[in-house]
Amino acid sequence: MKLLEIEGLEVRYGGIRAVKGVDLAVDEGELVCLIGANGAGKSSTLRAIVGLTRAAAGSVRYKGAEIAGRPAFELVREGLVMVPEGRGIFAQLTVAENLVMGAFVRDDAAAIRKDRERIYALFPRLEERHGQTGGTLSGGEQQMLAIGRALMSRPKLLLLDEPSMGLAPLLVAKIFEIVRDIASQGVTILLVEQNAKLALEAASRGYVMESGTITLADDAKKLLADPKVREAYLGESVG
Amino acid sequence: MKGRHPALVWVGAGLVGIALLALPFALAQAGTAWVRITNFAILYVLLALGLNIVVGFAGLLDLGYIAFYALGAYVYALLASPHFGLHLPFWLILPIGALVACLFGVLLGAPTLKLRGDYLAIVTLGFGEIIRIFLNNLSQPVNITNGPQGVSRIDPFRFGGFDFGKSETLFGLAFSGPVKYYYFLLAMMMAVIFVTVRLQDSRIGRAWEAVREDETAARAMGINTTNIKLLAFAMGASFGGLAGGMFAAIQGFISPESFVLVESIMVVSMVVLGGMGNVWGVILGAVLLSFAPEVLRYTVEPVQKSIFGKSLIEPEVIRMLLFGLAMVLIMRFRPAGLLPSAVRKRELAERKG
Repeated sequence: MKLLEIEGLEVRYGGIRAVKGVDLAVDEGELVCLIGANGAGKSSTLRAIVGLTRAAAGSVRYKGAEIAGRPAFELVREGLVMVPEGRGIFAQLTVAENLVMGAFVRDDAAAIRKDRERIYALFPRLEERHGQTGGTLSGGEQQMLAIGRALMSRPKLLLLDEPSMGLAPLLVAKIFEIVRDIASQGVTILLVEQNAKLALEAASRGYVMESGTITLADDAKKLLADPKVREAYLGESVG
Repeated sequence: MKGRHPALVWVGAGLVGIALLALPFALAQAGTAWVRITNFAILYVLLALGLNIVVGFAGLLDLGYIAFYALGAYVYALLASPHFGLHLPFWLILPIGALVACLFGVLLGAPTLKLRGDYLAIVTLGFGEIIRIFLNNLSQPVNITNGPQGVSRIDPFRFGGFDFGKSETLFGLAFSGPVKYYYFLLAMMMAVIFVTVRLQDSRIGRAWEAVREDETAARAMGINTTNIKLLAFAMGASFGGLAGGMFAAIQGFISPESFVLVESIMVVSMVVLGGMGNVWGVILGAVLLSFAPEVLRYTVEPVQKSIFGKSLIEPEVIRMLLFGLAMVLIMRFRPAGLLPSAVRKRELAERKG
């Protein structure tokens, strides 16, 4: 079943079209990645899906219903949650407070506490630092916190915007491990990444975006083998 | 501190309660003027608590807050004075005044939702001035506010035969007008403190915290940032309007002069100096800043005389000088305020480390 279906999505900033008619679909339970260079319009696409940026044209259907133009805060209640680029954690609140804030749309205190324990099990590092403020965490820990906080709202579809950005290689691998882990627990994920290799290895399907349009869409394995992808995104010279 | 010694906390609260109840009689010994000063201090506490919702909780700097105080005061004055010949009862006008202020709060909030920090401060500053200038000039072509002359002979609170403007003897104790107002204000203050503390611990309080920290992230958490910010403006404004109505009744006379920019800045100072976001800090800030000038008024002159044998510097000048100096020193040594909120304390610790 299609959980997310996008048709002809356009995003404009003033006169500039950053996203020029994108078609994209994510099935329930899938881990799909959207790769592309800096400025290709990946983040704009994500932001338009969750309503943080207004879509200029096109349709976005989530669970079969049109959601284009609906504000972000409403969609969180329906399980559509995004981890924004640059993490956006609450720097002055503690790790524990950040996690509770993630469960803002829920009011079942006991279950929220249980979920927090689950997050701590997934990220033992966060448990160690539960009393520390978000701003004092390292980049990798902040990314873990951002993902953990998003999970606190019990998402059905999780949108991750560049989770590997600015992290050391070892941590990048760790983050991807966690992303797979979350996907295996039944959360559908749409992953936006510049690190094409790791993203395609983790995902089942992939889309390649270039200056505002989708240029390739295929199984992740096929994309990994595609000479065009290898040359443009994996830094290999073919020939 | 909280909950560790519940019995001790209750005993402490009881003692404070008794002290607050006995306070006006002790003050009356020093002169009724001090009861009046205390009443105005409570009005400032109400204002500071209201502004704290906007500035301390939601993180929206408002430099025109006194406008809501003015609105509440004028609503009361126009509905209970010979100016229009209307004499509605206070328990009806006070809520009306709060409601009018609340409406204006939303009116100010709605167009400024996208603004933050310095920009918001400028817009709110303009708003405060607009209200004051309107009050100053709405005497023509139809005389609504009576312009710079203000509105006088405003009705005191009256409840049946119980008149807050007159002295009375109950249970062998003399209750002067200001003493009666004191108890009313005390009750109001308790109610407002209760509401504020509960708000801070509620979902709404957490939503304000999130908006203050990072608005985009707050939206991504499922918080309706538009409504939550408007709510902060509306609630803060209502408290201001309520205080304004009481001010008009106590004072008996109001004019636009009472609602100048310096007053707004004064209330902001109370919030900042006491400890933004910390209810008890804000109360302390309001009490200190409203009492300090008065205490100095009565002490500067005698102290000068006893040291130099005569008055060297005009008391009024040195009073404000010392007042300013105290503010500078407090902010220098306690930058997060006298009683900082937990989060502000962390903010400053982080900046240092």
